[in-house]
Amino acid sequence: MHVPDGFLDAPTSIATGAVAVVAVGVALRGARRELDDRTAPMAGLVAAFIFATQMLNFPVASGTSGHLLGGALAAVLVGPYTGLLCMSVVFLVQCLLFADGGITALGTNIDLMGLVTVLVGWSVFRALQVVVPKRLSMVPTCAGLAALVSVPAAAFVFVLLYAIGGTADLPIDTLATAMVGVHVLVGLGEAIITFLAVGSIIAVRPDLVYGARRVLEERQLEIRSSTTGVGA
Amino acid sequence: MTATSSKVSVKVVAMGVFVVALILAGVVSFYAASSPDGLNRVAADKGFSDTEKDHHAADGPFAGYGTSFVDNERLSGGLAGVVGVLVVLSLSGGLTLALRRRRDAATDVPTDVPTDVPTDVEVADLDRSA
Repeated sequence: MHVPDGFLDAPTSIATGAVAVVAVGVALRGARRELDDRTAPMAGLVAAFIFATQMLNFPVASGTSGHLLGGALAAVLVGPYTGLLCMSVVFLVQCLLFADGGITALGTNIDLMGLVTVLVGWSVFRALQVVVPKRLSMVPTCAGLAALVSVPAAAFVFVLLYAIGGTADLPIDTLATAMVGVHVLVGLGEAIITFLAVGSIIAVRPDLVYGARRVLEERQLEIRSSTTGVGA
Repeated sequence: MTATSSKVSVKVVAMGVFVVALILAGVVSFYAASSPDGLNRVAADKGFSDTEKDHHAADGPFAGYGTSFVDNERLSGGLAGVVGVLVVLSLSGGLTLALRRRRDAATDVPTDVPTDVPTDVEVADLDRSA
């Protein structure tokens, strides 16, 4: 869904750029609370994994492909603030080094594929965690469903931006139908990849998955408190 | 912790994720679908593809996920993917390592946790000064 230069007019691109700068600024502050010696090394690897997975376009319909966006995955693995930082680095490198996603559209791409997918993905994930049983086995499923919703949400926000500042005169309702329709299919692939990736880490080291911490804390309350004592 | 004894070390998990990322970007990416993605397809169908402008970085050595000085298609894409993984890892890894809460090796207590939450050490200091 990398938006190239020219799809949105200059004022809209400047506005989305400003939103991206504020969002990354907030994420830089918030990430300090999420990152510690255990999770920080994983955050860089999650960004690298999302970059690699974004290269893997899968067919979604005849003559159309899609790839993982990864905002929901990043938020569940390393936390929403750190997740947005990871996504922003991916889009910056893709834009400057690989000419993927316009330079004037970098803010738009960080907003759509980073901010929207992280916010929607994390919100849906947390909402699901409240209603499903507090079991580790539910974490990958919640993450997958959150990922499924996050992709059409990003497509819908693109349509909103296009209604405001699109450079071609289009009937917005048909654009919305087409964009959301195809990205529901992309979302299915996103859900499968997110489920598998989160499930793999949960299987070996659930404590490295940010979104699993609440489940682990409730399960291991006494054990954890005994290890956090300083012994002073 | 009872669970820790059988746990895979963080190093092993990290190495696993790194190797998987390298294989996906360096090898598997060759087999990715080449048809236009959802947005490009919709842009073509709705007739606004031509509003796309040339990319400012289109002449770069790795533009379009290929390596300009490598002719072999498989090597060209694979090398671009590996370079991308390493660059993304360096940037985001450096950023998150710089932002993390450092732990004092001697006490294993975060040294720069938010100031509104007193750490055990701070509470102990307060007790001593009282």
